[in-house]
Amino acid sequence: MATPSITVAETPLVLYALRRADDALILGHRLSEWCGHAPMLEEDMALSNIALDLIGQARALYTYAAEVEGKNNDEDKLAYLRDVRQYRNLLLVERPNGDFAQTMVRQLFYSSFADPYWRGMMHSTDATLAAIAAKSEKESAYHLRHVSEWIIRLGDGTDESHARAQAAIDDLWAFTGEMFAVDDAERSMIASGVAVDPLTLKSPWMVTVSEVVREATLTLPETDWMQQGGRDGRHSEHLGHLLSELQHMQRSFPGASW
Amino acid sequence: MVAVANGDHDLWQRAWDAAAAVTDPEIPVLTIADLGVLREVTLRGDGRIDVAVTPTYSGCPAMNMIAVNVALALECAGFPDATVRTVLSPAWTTDWMSDAGRRKLRDYGIAPPQPASSRRALFGVEQVNCPQCGSGDTELLSEFGSTSCKALWRCKTCREPFDYFKCH
Repeated sequence: MATPSITVAETPLVLYALRRADDALILGHRLSEWCGHAPMLEEDMALSNIALDLIGQARALYTYAAEVEGKNNDEDKLAYLRDVRQYRNLLLVERPNGDFAQTMVRQLFYSSFADPYWRGMMHSTDATLAAIAAKSEKESAYHLRHVSEWIIRLGDGTDESHARAQAAIDDLWAFTGEMFAVDDAERSMIASGVAVDPLTLKSPWMVTVSEVVREATLTLPETDWMQQGGRDGRHSEHLGHLLSELQHMQRSFPGASW
Repeated sequence: MVAVANGDHDLWQRAWDAAAAVTDPEIPVLTIADLGVLREVTLRGDGRIDVAVTPTYSGCPAMNMIAVNVALALECAGFPDATVRTVLSPAWTTDWMSDAGRRKLRDYGIAPPQPASSRRALFGVEQVNCPQCGSGDTELLSEFGSTSCKALWRCKTCREPFDYFKCH
């Protein structure tokens, strides 16, 4: 008998922490799928290490969300016992790994945002989020440098790697707008100084991404139509499959530990 | 090093020493005191011990093991039911690693982090000396190593590969 999902009282602060935790967990899980499959040993370690950083960030954020909610939830329940519609992550991070170029472009888009985002969050009026940010900022900066080098190598590499990197940019571009979207819950967090206004990060993000893409001899699409929904629990079909693997143990064997 | 003592100082010292001797499961030559992971040991009014540790990297899997080992070490030293909590602020940096810790790391074959963990240092523009032969003629092989705190380097003089404890 499978374990039922928990309910979460999503006050603005709980929701805010949960959304960032979900981003980090889902992207971390995606990267962990490369473990043992990366194109070379060093990259296998790199992807696994980046995954570890992200899952670590997720743990701190879930723990904080549960503490603020004060309803007997914890990091494990939040990760393992919420259904797909309760997940609040960006659609970008649940995109399948695809080929190596798809994984790297997804990471470029995310890390180019995470880097200035966490740097800004170090000044949050919320002491716990500021502390999580102080650690995440260094990690994100390191991830960004690593992925930027790969994008340049792929784009400015062979015809094949160039074509695949360009295809990945074209495919994933429509999922980048959601990073900068703000709803009422977030607006209250921004007003109280808890959250960084993501709109202020749009131009630094664009500068970082454009410079890497230009050096990689690739181009950004002209289109500005953007896909959204993840923040409200409207996900692509891919997230359910991911969660079925991520949650399988706890759903099948409630409370299992070792 | 932050240390808060309440009441009996000798008793507190015994607890501190027990906790401080716990080693990092991934780098067993370093104690958590060397690393700067041990932040606070408090002797509570009821005689129980409360320990505060701070994580190194967000996802460092050694943290769970360290918490278990600290409680165990205190139990063995005569302090049952110690609590170990994690404090996030201020965030740990490699600057908190003691000089003794840096020496032990080098002797163990891991190049220690440079002091002052600036962004510049994080981005590897610094010079890393080979922990085997001391040569400064080294090169980065991989930004990510066997654990989240290390990068993989190679010495061009003695040709030995080595781990470098990244600045953080």
